[in-house]
This record gives sequence, C-alpha cells and structure tokens, in this order.
Amino acid sequence: MALGIGCTARPGNSRNNKTGSWRVFYPTMDTEKCTKCGTCQLICPEGCINQNSDKTYSIDLDFCKGCGMCAEECPDKAKAITMKMEEK
Amino acid sequence: MVDRTIENFDCGHRACGGCGASSAVRMILKGAGKNVIVVNATGCLEVFSTPYPETAWKTPWIHSLFENSSAVASGIEASLKKQGRLEKEKVLVFGGDGATVDIGTQCISGAFERGHDFTYVCYDNEAYMNTGIQRSGSTPYDADTTTSPAGVCSTGNKLPKKDFPQIIVAHGSPYVATATMAYPMDLMKKVETAMKTKGPCYIQVHTPCCTGWGYDGAKTMEIGRMAVECGLWVNYEIIDGKLTTVKKVKRVPVDDYLMAQKRFRHLFKPVRNDAEIAKIQAIADKNAEKYGIDIE
Ligand SMILES: Cc1ncc(C[n+]2csc(CCOP(=O)(O)OP(=O)(O)O)c2C)c(N)n1
Ligand code: SF4
Ligand code: SF4
Ligand code: SF4
Ligand SMILES: [Mg+2]
Repeated sequence: MALGIGCTARPGNSRNNKTGSWRVFYPTMDTEKCTKCGTCQLICPEGCINQNSDKTYSIDLDFCKGCGMCAEECPDKAKAITMKMEEK
Repeated sequence: MVDRTIENFDCGHRACGGCGASSAVRMILKGAGKNVIVVNATGCLEVFSTPYPETAWKTPWIHSLFENSSAVASGIEASLKKQGRLEKEKVLVFGGDGATVDIGTQCISGAFERGHDFTYVCYDNEAYMNTGIQRSGSTPYDADTTTSPAGVCSTGNKLPKKDFPQIIVAHGSPYVATATMAYPMDLMKKVETAMKTKGPCYIQVHTPCCTGWGYDGAKTMEIGRMAVECGLWVNYEIIDGKLTTVKKVKRVPVDDYLMAQKRFRHLFKPVRNDAEIAKIQAIADKNAEKYGIDIE
C-alpha cells in the first residue's frame, strides 16, 4: 500500500483486519429482552456493537473478539446477551 | 454534554480481547469531542491501534517516541495557538503508566510548567504491558511482574504505587482527576471538563489489563469496580489544587480484588500471607482516610 505525504493512513483502515477470526465464543443478542440501555455499545473494546435505525443494537461479528464483556455487563434485568461456543 | 455518538476509534485494532485500555479510549474520545488531535506515546495502545500501514484512529494522530509525547503536544499546541486555531481544535495525549510516571516525566513536567493548553490522559494498566509486563512506578505493592517476580525470596513488587496525580497538582495544574473505565459516565464527563479547561490538565484512568493482571477479559469492568470498592483506586477531581469531588464507597476488604487476579495469587497460595495482605489493606485504609471515601 502506498503511503501519502507525512506517512498518513486512511482513517480507520484497520477495518481491513477482521478480528472476528480470533473468537472462541460468540455473543448472541435477544432483541426481545434488550432494554436498549446502550451499555454494551458503550463498553465494547472493539466498538463493534452498532445501533440500528429502530434503536435496536446488532453485533458485527466481523470484528467481535468474543471477549464477553457485553454479556457480563448487560444489566441483570435484561440479560439479553449470551455467549456461545464458536463452531469452526 | 458528552456526545456519545462520536466514534473516533475503529474496529480491527489488535488489543487483547477484553482490553480495558481499548474500551477506555473509545469512551475518552467521546468525552474529548470533535476536532481533537491525539498524541500517543509508545505502548500497547500505540502498537495495537496502528500496525503499519493501518490505523484504528479517525482523528489526527501522531506517535513520536516513548518519552516525548508532552513535548510533541506542546509543539502542536503552540502552532495551533499561533494560527488562531486553538478555540476550535484541542490536543489530547495518551500515555501508558510507564510512559507517564517514569519515562515521560521530564517532558510532562516541562509542558505543565510552560502551561500549554492540552489534556494528558494516562491510561494506567499498572505495568509496562507491551514489552511483557515489567513493573513501572505505577505498579501496585506486591504485584507479580516479570521484573518483580514473586517467589521464595520475594512477594512481588516492593515499592508503593507512585502518586503521580499529586506531582501534577504540584505543578499548579488547573484540573487533575482520576477515573476508571469501570465508571464510563464519570470518565467521559471528566475528560470533557479537562478538554474545556484552559491550561494543562491531567487525568489518570484505571484500565484493567486481563493479560498482565491475569483474569478473564469478560470481567474487565468488574475488576475496575472492585478496585474502587476496596479503596485501592480512588476517583477524585482536584480543581486549582483543591479536592472538589471524591467517589464515596461502602468499602469492602481488599481480599476479593486481590484474589481475582493472578498477579496477586502468591499472596493466597500455597498459604494465605496475612502479613502482606494486611500491608495492602493498610494502603487502602490510608487512601480512605486521605480522601474521605468511606460512607459512614
Ligand atoms: C526509550 C524506549 N525505551 C523502551 C522502549 C520499549 N517499550 C516499548 S512499549 C514499552 C512499554 C510501555 O509501557 P506503558 O507506558 O505502561 O504502556 P503499556 O504498554 O503498558 O500500555 C516499552 C518499555 C521504547 N520503545 N523506547
Ligand atoms: S447492554 Fe443489554 S439491554 Fe443494554 S443495549 Fe446491550 S443488549 Fe440491550
Ligand atoms: S464479546 Fe466483546 S468484542 Fe464481542 S461484542 Fe461483546 S464486548 Fe464486543
Ligand atoms: S496487554 Fe493489556 S493493555 Fe495491552 S492490549 Fe493486552 S489487555 Fe490491553
Ligand atoms: Mg502500562
């Protein structure tokens, strides 16, 4: 890849690197149970939880590393995220 | 108001799954607002976010060396000021604890002395993580690291955690705060305050590191909360040298926090080391007294 003047890289071109391949467990979100509190979106270290136009959230498995933080922090009254073993 | 829709740190970076620092950086960049220029010291964050020729950053970002981020930030600030751009654009430094409390100290001291208008965030994972978990001046007492190994002759790191925020207070900084990624709202608000405050501001952010501390990455937020609940980490704000806010807690013994991490495992196995655990409890007690964190 050619670099621009000043060694610049295009903003966010780390998206070329699909970190989803690292995963051992993957999160599944039950949108019925989700209260749309936004906690998982805010804390995900990857920033791979996106809000849809209808305010629900989806997890981008291209980048999710399966750390389980979202499942752990989803409030007790919702418990909308479950981690499952990845089958490869 | 913090604009939570700001996403200046993208997917695809190479941090360990469950890395506290990477989660914290997303929050900090929300608090920092739009139009921020980031200077990043060498360390995990710099390495995992910018593997050549990629970058996870979506805002101007520069890395020079391990030790000179504050000097680089000073130059950027001076240039923005000269060009009349400082009203709209802000300078934010990210340094690890090693880069901050040890190796970058001279440049930090100089920049705070000269009074540049910038914010310095130290993400504190309490050791030199990127090179394989060596102790820093910010490593807590008795933590097992590769340069303070616990074993027959040692119970881990022999020196107390350096109180770096107080060193910045002594420089006359208008805003010094401590925060943790385990309390995202508080963290984002403090960053927003620092960015809006004129002059050199400093925030030290507790960022648990699953790899270096030895716990399951899913528990990063919980480990962060436990540090606050036992008094080993205190969240406060010091404005113009005066302590203005402190996070109060119903304090619990330090045991559970220590037991949850491999870096303190030697204090419990093969037998519980009451004498050393008592010393760590004394550190928490002293924090509680100094900052008045206990809820009566
Ligand atoms: C002058 C200099 N000394 C040593 C190094 C090697 N080095 C690179 S990253 C790093 C550790 C950084 O530790 P810290 O600042 O705490 O950040 P962390 O990796 O823990 O996030 C070290 C020692 C370097 N790059 N430059
Ligand atoms: S944390 Fe849980 S309840 Fe909140 S938005 Fe995420 S899935 Fe929904
Ligand atoms: S498992 Fe981790 S990386 Fe995946 S969506 Fe949840 S918090 Fe993000
Ligand atoms: S070693 Fe620690 S700080 Fe570095 S990327 Fe891994 S979890 Fe994050
Ligand atoms: Mg460190």
